[in-house]
Formats: sequence, structure tokens, C-alpha cells
Amino acid sequence: MRSLINDPPIKTPPPGVQRKLITGVALIALLIAVGPFLPKWLTFLITMAASHGLVSLGIIFLMRGGVVSFGQGLVFAIGGYVAALAFVKLGFTDAIGLTFIGGLGAALVALPFAPLIARYRGIFFAMLTLALSMVVYGILVKTDVLGGSDGFNMGRPTLFGQQLADILSGYVLYPLTVVISGAVALAARVYFDSPRGLISLAVRDNELRVEYLGASVRQTMAINFVLAAFVGGIGGALTVLSLGHVNPDFSYWTTSGEFVFVAILGGYHSVLAVFVASTVLEIVRSFSGLYFPDTWQLVLGVFLLTVIRFLPHGIGSLWSNRELFKRKGGEK
Amino acid sequence: MKHHHFQKRQLKRLTVAAVVAALVFVLSAGVQAQETYRIGIVSFLSGQAAESFGIPAVNAAKVIIEAFNKGDAPPPYNKIGFGGMKIEPIYIDENGGATKQIQEFRNLYDREKVDAVVGYTGSGDCLAIAPVAEEMKRFVAFFDCGTQRIFEENKYNYVFRTASHATMDDVALVRYLKARNISVSKMNLINQDYARGHDSRKEFTHAMAQLYPSAKMQADLMPKFGAGQYGTEISSLMSKPADLTYTSLWGGDLQAFILQSSPRGLFKRTQVVISAADHVLPSLGEKMPDGVIIGARGAYGLLSQKSALNDWFWDRYQKAYKAYPVQTPYRIAQALMGVKLAVEKAMTANGGKKPTAEQLSAALTGMEWPSPGGRIRMALADGHQAIQDNAIGSTRYDAAKKMVVLDNIHHFAAECVNPPANMKSEDWVKAGFPGAKCK
Repeated sequence: MRSLINDPPIKTPPPGVQRKLITGVALIALLIAVGPFLPKWLTFLITMAASHGLVSLGIIFLMRGGVVSFGQGLVFAIGGYVAALAFVKLGFTDAIGLTFIGGLGAALVALPFAPLIARYRGIFFAMLTLALSMVVYGILVKTDVLGGSDGFNMGRPTLFGQQLADILSGYVLYPLTVVISGAVALAARVYFDSPRGLISLAVRDNELRVEYLGASVRQTMAINFVLAAFVGGIGGALTVLSLGHVNPDFSYWTTSGEFVFVAILGGYHSVLAVFVASTVLEIVRSFSGLYFPDTWQLVLGVFLLTVIRFLPHGIGSLWSNRELFKRKGGEK
Repeated sequence: MKHHHFQKRQLKRLTVAAVVAALVFVLSAGVQAQETYRIGIVSFLSGQAAESFGIPAVNAAKVIIEAFNKGDAPPPYNKIGFGGMKIEPIYIDENGGATKQIQEFRNLYDREKVDAVVGYTGSGDCLAIAPVAEEMKRFVAFFDCGTQRIFEENKYNYVFRTASHATMDDVALVRYLKARNISVSKMNLINQDYARGHDSRKEFTHAMAQLYPSAKMQADLMPKFGAGQYGTEISSLMSKPADLTYTSLWGGDLQAFILQSSPRGLFKRTQVVISAADHVLPSLGEKMPDGVIIGARGAYGLLSQKSALNDWFWDRYQKAYKAYPVQTPYRIAQALMGVKLAVEKAMTANGGKKPTAEQLSAALTGMEWPSPGGRIRMALADGHQAIQDNAIGSTRYDAAKKMVVLDNIHHFAAECVNPPANMKSEDWVKAGFPGAKCK
């Protein structure tokens, strides 16, 4: 993993941003169009994959700057708890509003820690974020009014003031999750290709040089941290809307580990790859759980090792920046 | 570099092949034979609860389903399968958290086309699954989880629990202490720091407040779940002498606690009571101290009463696994027996067709049936929550039999240790068990 974090970043601005955005919009439209024809379990799986993918996308924000958060479960949990609490305690039921509140809540929680955490790199960054998430886990487990370690349930959200019939809600939440995740993903792409986003890559390459060029490394890292929290919080809220249940496991380190895994599986070059990785993980997990109920973790582990062995740059390297990888190969 | 390209091309082909294979797989998954009854069984196959609860439960399910399919279970369970339909079980691991369980539950119905789901040991999983089943209008029978919150905070049509909730575990324990005239002026508590630990602690102290109002609490320890090391906790318990030490630890944590505290003499200084411990007796053997008061979350295993059905179940399980059945084997047995009778009852009503979720739910609501652990009655939560008898006993290692046996067993009628239908369990205990019918 060290080599992943440290390998030389892209040196030329990535071409065809517009093309990527159009592809993204087309993909979102396609997913929504085929949704009604897919079996229900598959739409639910994609809903989960998309909302979890957002949380991993948050890690990509940080990974582009050369650090990995092992506590992304924290913002996932905050997003989920804030949305569920707004629903249960405040009676606010609009799905889009809840999603936004979840993201905002997570960003607000991350905000005071951002300047502190932005000063750390490598294992220190990973451990600090991990510690934060486990502190929140501990608090949630001990909070009996929030159901302690069992968590609590929330009902069905509404959309634009419309009550969603039980049968329909599955399908309403699928396009909603796809659209919101897609929109956030596209925004992330735009951000990554913007001057500020590209500074993250420069930080990864050489922090000192970035400072000499007049950009603030700490500010960049702090902003990335808050953005990662915002995106992760949205993912948490979307997850809880579909699941109807939230518990402290959301903030547990194994959950965070899964998000890191998806981020590495996808690689930081392609936003789409993160969602593909997230979907692949969900599918593998689901089928290995069914066909190997006693050894599904083993199947999952072997799969993950295989991908890392053959695609060390992530699934994204299958299609993105092909010329870059070729050139890098040629230089050797 | 050629090598790299080759790998990549190869991988691409592999990926395409895998995707095609997965699609074919997915599309063919829906095709099922007519004459079977598919049932999803969810329990811990990995993780902390697997060895103590999940795997014994699944083992028992295998024995029971095999007997049902052969039609050689004793009456009233002697029809083949469920009403003539062969049972096709699909086992799912409960490990992985509530999020995964919700997905798996949906997969069981939407993809695997099961007709019923029986499962769940974790209270968090049950709480999460209940609203999902209700929303999907699909049947689920919880066989083991303990939390009262499921039916006391919500009303469900498609959700059932075929075993008593956790209230009777602690109420029976306190009633047992009273029945045996054990005097308690000071007590220590040690429970895990998670929902079940908190709930057990609360129930036990509430029940004690009723029957032992003058008992004072000394140490009140909450080690974290899965701690495994109890050195400091044991020191704390030793430094605060008490007549009674209560714990709701289970599985590996309980074994670790017993193994670490018994050499330090804790069991000689204080009367230890454990709300659910029969599942560790076989593995602890002679290391289990004598005279410990334990429950099994029902009249199960060594606490069970003799009956033809119990002897049959005990015998089958022992033959298959060279061990006697404990808590969760009994619990899954009573769940499968209840669902079997409900399916057959619904089939009598609908003219022999495979019952819908509505018909199955209607049949199970308020039903009663005999089980190896005694009679099960769906008496609470409008017929969705079972009550059953409970039993408590104290341990003694029998050197001749080379196993722990239980002495001084007291049986408690279901109405003696379970709340009535119109009361929440906590209110019932706090009000002094109104309406309790004890022999």
C-alpha cells in the first residue's frame, strides 16, 4: 500500500474532462432507465454500492493528497445518525433534505478537527482518524437513548412532501441514491480537475515545492478532510434511508477498513472506478455469503488479494489514463 | 513490459468472462422446483457467537430438517417436510453487522425465492430486520434474540419470535434465589458494555429491587464486549466482598472470566449467578466451579424436563454431534417446529396450497405447540411473541460421568416469569410482577 500512496502522480492535466462528465450523466441515466427491469435485490445492492461508494469517494479526496483515512466510518456514522435523528426526533422526513443534513452534520463534526489533522501524514494521519472514529463508536455504544450497540430504526422518508408507498419506496430510493451519488461523483471529478484539486496531487508529489509555489498545503489538506466528511456523510445518510436502521457498527474500524479497501480497489485516478469497486465488493460478498456461508470471508479475502496482485493501481487503471501507465512503463 | 500488457489483456478477458458467468448465474437463480419449501436459516457461522450459539443452532437445524424430510419425527411433526413439501434450507452467516443482514434478508426473498426465514441471534440484527420484513410483507421468525424492544416499541404483522424474550432469564434467576432462601445483602455485577449487557443488568437490578429490596449494589462493572481479559475486574470483585455476583457474560467472554476468576477463589467467596451459561458447560467440563447458579434462557439441555419429544431430540442431536443439545439447538428446534405446524395449519385452511406470507402469519399468530424445551405459546404482542417455561439450576462436576451436571433445578411456569400481554416487561417488573401465576 505504501507504493500506492507514494507512486508518482499524474504530471499532465487529464484530458477529456467534458467527455468524462457526459459519460457520467449518460451512465446515471442508463442506471435509472434499466432500474425497473432489474430484480429488486440487484437495485438494492446497487443502492448500497452507490451510497457506500460515496463514503469511499471521500477517502479518494484524501488519497489524492497522499493520506488515507482509516476512520471514514466516523463520517459514515455521523451522516447516518444525523439523518435518522432528524427523522425520528425532529420529524423531518424529506429524503433529499435528510441526505443534505447528514452530509452537513458530518462536515460540521469534521470541521474543528480539520486544522489539527491536516498537519499529519502517513500512519499518523491514519491512526488519528481511526482514533476519532473509535471514540465516536465508544460514545454511541454507551448512549442508551440512541439504542446503544443495537442502534435504532427510522421509518420511510418522504419525497417532495409525497408519502412513499411501501412497495414503491425501494424503487424511489434507488434512482434517488443513483442521482445524488452520481451528482456528487461528477462534482468530485470537476473538483479533482480544478486547480485546487490538482494541488492535492502536487502535495502528494512534493509538499515543499507546493509551499514554495505559494499554495498552502495545510489549507488544502484541511479542505479535503472536510469535503471527505461531507461526501461520506451523504453516503451514510443515503445508506440509512434505504436500510431504515443505524447502529454504532457504522463507526467501527472494520467498517472503515472496508471503505479503505474499496478506495484502494478503485484507485484514485478514476471516480467511476470507486463505484465499480464498491459494486463488485457488494456482489462478491453477497454471493460468497450465499454459496460459502462458512467461509465467505476467505472467498472475499482471496478475491481482494487477487485484484491487488493484478491491478495494483486499482480497477480504474483498466480504463483511465491508459497513456499514462504506458508511458510510465516505457520510462523504466 | 510485454508481460504487463499480457497480464492486463488476460485480466480483461477474465473480467468479461466473470461478468457473463455472473449474469447467467443470476438469471438462472430464479428457477425453482415446485414441490419444495425453501427456508432461509440465518445464524452466526463465524465470529464470536458462532461456537457458542450459531453453529450448534445450525447443527440442530440440520438434524431437525433431515428428520422432517424423512417424516420420522414424533407426532405432531410426523408429516413429511412441511405439509408434504420437502424442506430446502439455505444457510446464511449472521456475522457482518445489521447492514449486511438487511441485504442478505432481501436477497433471500428477492433472489433465492425462499418461502420463510427463520433466524437471528443478535438483538441488533432482529431490530434491524423486523421493519424490513414488515415493509416487504415477508414472513420472519426470530428464534433466539432477546431484546424486548422488538415488539414493545413496534407492532408487526409478519414478524414473530418463537422464544421468550430476555425478561424471564433474570426474573427466574431472582425468583430462584428467593425460592432457595439465599440471603443477599450485597451484590456485585459484571456485564458487557453493549446493549444486551446493559439490558440484563437493568432487568436483574429491577427484579432484585422487588424481591431483595435491601440488597445493596457494590461493584457494577462493564468491561467491553469481547474483552477476554478480566484481571482488573476480578481484583475489583475480590476487593468488594458480596454475597452474590451476577453476570450476563456469554460464550468466549464467559469462559475466559470463569477460567481467570476461579483460580483466584472468586467462586468460593461469593455466590455467582449467570443468566445464560449452559452453553459453556460442555467445553469447560471440570473447570466449571461447583455451585454456580445458572440459567439457559429456557428449560433447555440439562434443565429440560423429560418428554418423548425431548428424548427424541436429545438422542438425535447426540448421535449426530457427540454432544448434548444446549440453548440454541433447543431454540431453533422450537422455531422450526412452530413454523412447520403453522405451514400445515395454513395449508389445511387454504386447501393444501403452499401458504402465502399472510396465511402463514395468520396461522402462527397466537399458536401453541409442544417443543423439546416445553410448550411454546405465542401469547404476547398480539400473538407474535412467545412465552415458555424457564428453569434454573446449580452446577456440580460429576467425576463419574465426566461432565457438569445440574442440581437443585427449579422450574418456573411461563406466566410466573413472563409479563402479561398488556404490560411492557420493564413496567411489569417494576410494578412487582402483577398477575404472575407461580405454582
